[in-house]
Formats: sequence, structure tokens, C-alpha cells
Amino acid sequence: MKNIRRWGPGLLLVSPSIVLITIFVYGLIGWNMKVSTSNWRQARHTSDYVGFKAYTELNHDEAWTQSLQHLLIFTVVFAIGTLLIGWTLALLLDKGVKGEGFFRSIFLFPMAISFIAVGIVWRWLMNPAPGDRATGLNAVLDKLGLHSLANQWYIDGGTIFGLHSRGMAAMALPAIWALSGYIMALYLAGFRGVPEELREAARMDGASEFRVYRHVVFPHLRPVTLAALIIIGHISIKVFDLVVAIGGKQTITETPAVYMWRQIYDYQDYAKGAAIATLLLLGISVLVIPYLIYTVRAERRS
Amino acid sequence: MSDETMKHREVRTSRVKRGAVVLGLIVLALVVALSTAGCGKKKSSTSTTSAMGNCKLSVFSWWTGGGEAAGLDALIKIWNKDNPDCPFVNETVAGGAGSNAKAVLAKRLQNNNPPDSFQGHAGKELLDYIKADQIEPIDFIYNDNGFRDVMPKTLLDQISYKGHLYSVPVNIHRANILWYSPSVLKKAGIATPPKTWDEFIAALDKAKAAGVIPLAVGEQWTQQHLLETVMIGALGADGWANLWVKGADWSGAGVTKALDRYKTLLTTYTNSDSATLTWQDAGKLVVDGKAAFNIMGDWQDGYFSGSLKGDNLAKKPNVDYGWVAVPDTDGVFDWLSDSFTLPKGAPHRDAAVKWLGFLGSKQAQDTFNPLKGSIPARTDTDPSLYDAYLQWNLEQWKNDQLACSLTHGCAASNAWTADIGTALGLFLQDKDVAKFQNALVKAAKKYSATN
Repeated sequence: MKNIRRWGPGLLLVSPSIVLITIFVYGLIGWNMKVSTSNWRQARHTSDYVGFKAYTELNHDEAWTQSLQHLLIFTVVFAIGTLLIGWTLALLLDKGVKGEGFFRSIFLFPMAISFIAVGIVWRWLMNPAPGDRATGLNAVLDKLGLHSLANQWYIDGGTIFGLHSRGMAAMALPAIWALSGYIMALYLAGFRGVPEELREAARMDGASEFRVYRHVVFPHLRPVTLAALIIIGHISIKVFDLVVAIGGKQTITETPAVYMWRQIYDYQDYAKGAAIATLLLLGISVLVIPYLIYTVRAERRS
Repeated sequence: MSDETMKHREVRTSRVKRGAVVLGLIVLALVVALSTAGCGKKKSSTSTTSAMGNCKLSVFSWWTGGGEAAGLDALIKIWNKDNPDCPFVNETVAGGAGSNAKAVLAKRLQNNNPPDSFQGHAGKELLDYIKADQIEPIDFIYNDNGFRDVMPKTLLDQISYKGHLYSVPVNIHRANILWYSPSVLKKAGIATPPKTWDEFIAALDKAKAAGVIPLAVGEQWTQQHLLETVMIGALGADGWANLWVKGADWSGAGVTKALDRYKTLLTTYTNSDSATLTWQDAGKLVVDGKAAFNIMGDWQDGYFSGSLKGDNLAKKPNVDYGWVAVPDTDGVFDWLSDSFTLPKGAPHRDAAVKWLGFLGSKQAQDTFNPLKGSIPARTDTDPSLYDAYLQWNLEQWKNDQLACSLTHGCAASNAWTADIGTALGLFLQDKDVAKFQNALVKAAKKYSATN
């Protein structure tokens, strides 16, 4: 208490946000978990505790497990795509091009567009209509004589490694388009963060440009890759607007977040919706919490 | 001045500054808290005064565009002219074919802040509200206004729950219509539109051979709509009705036959890009001569024949497009209806009762329906007000057997409909009839007792 003058004002300063976050973030997370264990499964509010009934139901719900498969395919393609493209663009820019600023902005711009708008445009581009009704990418492929490449895009119901459904890989294309530029910016910062002396030293030792990158620059990018994966991963787990803008309310493109929305808005099954929300939060925590621990430790070490 | 004192002074000034910032924040927090408290107070005081005298009829719906909004506006005009002391407050919520509105409504009902009347599909969609004791039975409105004499008895039976009526139907739409393109039929050598299933398959084969899409369908809900009409065709109106009663059995051969037929349509005769089309897109394929048939509700007529200005197609009925009942459902009217309710604790109950009486009147029904593109629930209205399709439909409404629509909220509770929708979504991908039927049987076992 003696030192209140030292820590008191600081605490007072942050106390409004502590209070607000306690109520509106953690309080509501707690309330959501409570709803998920209640029997509130119709418009009328009821709060009797029924345990993990909604969760066990999800466990036996094929539509739910399928939405998880959709999410897995989407996430893998989305993550690999953005990392590869972002990394490549950053490497090219790092090697020095004329008008770097111009290209940087061009690559970054898609991120400024909301997923809804991105979705609507790509819905047109990825129109799977056959024959003379073909538009968008399929029509372009047709004109180029690459008819065999024209495909069903996001409504392709086939499997990939036994998972449903192949179309979700196409669903990831707009997301890759939107966020590759952002990942490029992260990598570019990573490239620029490698001290020029290190490269210089390697060159003095007779390393080829390839080996300079391979053994000096790339190892420095590991933290960037990790951060990029976390960012893409959590965006992916929550993906909702893009899917709704492109696929609408259909099982074939349903992700967990869309399924949650359908349960609550269409069927007023609040317990099941809250259970899905809780599982999504857990999924994101699994991704984010180890990362936070890692960065805190890394900061302490340095 | 020594370095020590300089530092000391700096610390002090920064403390003073910090103190000022904290003080400012506290003041700000207080202002926010007070102003929100003030808002709350103001709101509650206005609602008490309005309950005491100022009559306002607040009506909640999802009619925000097209013919339905025009129809509602026409009703509002009449209401405001006849009830200058109790003006209409139009509380519409747009989006999601009503699903956004229902979510908003659920919250209002939970908070005991109901509108004076709200929209819902007539039938089992209202079951949640009834069981939650959120809406009143309104048999007295039917008796006082003589609605029982002018609306079909089967209709009233199908929208009753435990012998009581809970809403007034404003309009009737029909789900089981097969829309076709006369020019495509001619080109494909189909002499008359099909009436039976076998004729339908023969016609689809001919259309396929002629190089057009035999049957245009759209996204998932339109495929559920298609399933419903195929099932009614295979089972008949009575067989269909039996699926929704307590202890209903979905495991029979009739359901299997219906699902097999449905699978045949989806795997052999429909467009491959169905999941990307809206119901309008699918219908447009027919009037554009790219598809032979489309099965959709009769709002398709409004889209086909409505003005270009209203984003419709301005086509001529019986020339650019034609219609018959879905094969094997001739004489069955698969219906759905928008209706209005009387919530418990409606702030202006007397006005709401009057509104519901007005909605069932000949004047209101003949004002609203020609604009919305639907027919009245009453059978004694003036046919000359309606277009070619609706006049044909009015005749059918008087004579047909009635079947309650699943896709449009009449046949089953929300929870049951949800399970059927989920099973259908999976079926559309794996096309496994046995598994689908199994899921439907399970859903019926779970929900039929409380339907």
C-alpha cells in the first residue's frame, strides 16, 4: 500500500479497459460456455444445466464433422498458398526491383478489401456453369484452349485424401489472393531485418548468393513464418463472411462458423451454437496460446 | 540547478500530468455511465406513456422489398386512413428470407418487449412461440369476423395446434408448380407438359436429347423444395400428411420410392452448377430457353411477369412460360402462408386484435395479394383483380386437397426442419438413399411426438 503512488495511477489508467474486457470478453466467454451446457434449444430462453449434451451431439453429427474437414482443407491450402506466394513476392522485392514501393502497395491492396467484397467478385470468377453459359475463369480457360482445366471450383464435391470436399481448396483461392500481400509484407520485414553485415561476411567468405540466402537469411525468417502461420491459422478457423459470400448457406461449403450461424439464426438452437463457438475458441487457443508463451519466453531471453 | 533536482522536478511534473489524465478518464467514464443510464430511463418512460394513451400499432415483419413491401404499404395506407388515432409503425427487418428478423424477434420476446403483431409462416413454424407461451390463441378473432366460413376447413385444421388457432393467414402461395418453356418443349418434341411421373421422365429425356438442361434447380433450399414436391407426388396428400403426425413412420416403401425418384432427378436431369444459382437464376434458365423445366413456388410467376423496373423479367404468361402442377400432384395444393400473430403482452392489444381482423377481411386480402403475387386465403374474393396464373391458382385453391409445406414452415417444428435440412445437405453430396431415409426416420422419431 505504501507504494500506491507508484503503481496506483497506472492501474487507474488501465482500469477502465480491464473492467470492460473482464465483462465484455471474459464474462461473455463464460456466459457462452454456460449457454452451451444448458438446454436452451428454442426461441424461449431456458438455462437448466444439462452438461455436455450439445457437445456429444456434435460428436455424432456428420454435418459437423464434415464442416471440420472443410475447414481443414481450407486452412491447409490457405496457409501453404499465402506463405509460398508471400515468401516468393518478398524474395523478389528483396532482390531489388525498380518501383518497389509501387509493387508493395499493389500486392498489399487486396487486404484492404473486405472478405464479403472479395467473395462476391470471386463468386463470379469461379462460376462453374458449363458450356455456353460459362463465365469467369472457366470462360478464360476455354478461350485459351485449356478447356480441360475448367472445373467445378468451390462446388466440387469430390474428396481429397479421403476428406470432403475438394471444392474447399478452391474456396481458399480468394483468401490466398487477399492475404498473400500481407504475408509478403511480413516476410519483407523479415528479409530486411537480416543485418547487411551478415550477408556481407558470408559473401566475403566466398558464399554464392544462393548460399547466402540458404544459410544466412532464411534461418532468420523462422519467427516470421511462425507468426504468419498463427495469423493465417486464426483467420482461417474463424472464416465466415468469405464462405457465406461465395457459397451461401449450403452444406457443401459449410465451415464450423457458418454451421454455428445456421444453428442460432435459422433454428434457434442456442446451446448447440454456443457449443460450436466454444470449440472454435478452443481451436484458436490451441494455436495462439503456445505462440504467446513462445514469444514471451523469447523476449525474456533477449 | 543540479541534475538531481532536475530529475525530481521531471518526475513530479509527469506525476501531475498522469494525475490529470486519470482524472479526465474518470470524468469521461462517469459521463458515459450517466448518459447511458439517462437513455435507459428515457426509453422506459416513453413506453409507459404510449401504453397509457398514445396508440401506435407496431407490426413486425420481414417484408422489405418487391411486391410484398408494396402490398404491406397499401395495407398501411388503408389502416392509417381508418384508424387515425392509432397510426401504423412499420417494424421490418431485412435479410436472410426472414432469418435475421426471427433472431431479432426472439430477443424482443425474451425481453418482454413484443411488437403488437408479428409475421410468421402459418403452421408449425409458430410452434416454438406457442409452447413458450409467447403468443395468444385467437379463435375469438376467427369467430367474431366469420373467417371460419370463408377459409377452407383443411387450412384451418392444418394451422391449428391442439384445436386452437394462433395466426391469421394473409396470403397463400403454392409450392408444387412445374414451370416450363413452351418454345423448348416444342423444340424437344414434347407435345403436352407432363402430368404423371412417367410422362415427366419421358419429357426430361427428350429435353436432354435436345441439348437443353432438362430440369433447372438452384441452391440447397430450392433442392429441399424440389424434394418436398417429389415426395408429395409419390405419397399423395394423405401420405404426406401422415408423415407429420405423432408416431409418423418414415421407413416405408413410399418414402423410399420418393427418395429414389428424387435421386434420379438430381443425378440425371439437373444442371451441374445448381449450388451456385438462386431460385431466380434457375427460373431464368427456363424463360431464356436454356432449360425445359423448373420446380419452384408461385413467386416465380411474379418474377417472370413482373416489370423490368422491379428487376423482374416482364415475360408473358402462357407465351414465354407455362405451368402445371408438379407431376403426380395434380389436385394437390402444396401451400404456405404468411400470417400474423397476437403476442402475449402486446402493448396495444385492442389495436392488434383489430389489425388481425382487418388482415383477414376481403378488402385487405384483395389489396395485398395482387401486389404480392399470391392468392388470398379466403375463397370469396374477387378473381378479376388477379393475373392469369393467379386466377388459375384461385380455382385450384377452392377444389384441391391441401398439403402443408415443409420447406416453408408449415409442416414441421423448427428443430425437425433443421434435422431434415442437415440430412438433405449430406445426401446432396453422397446421394445415399438408404442413409438419407435412415436419418429421416431418426428425425421423425425424435420430433414427431411434439410436432
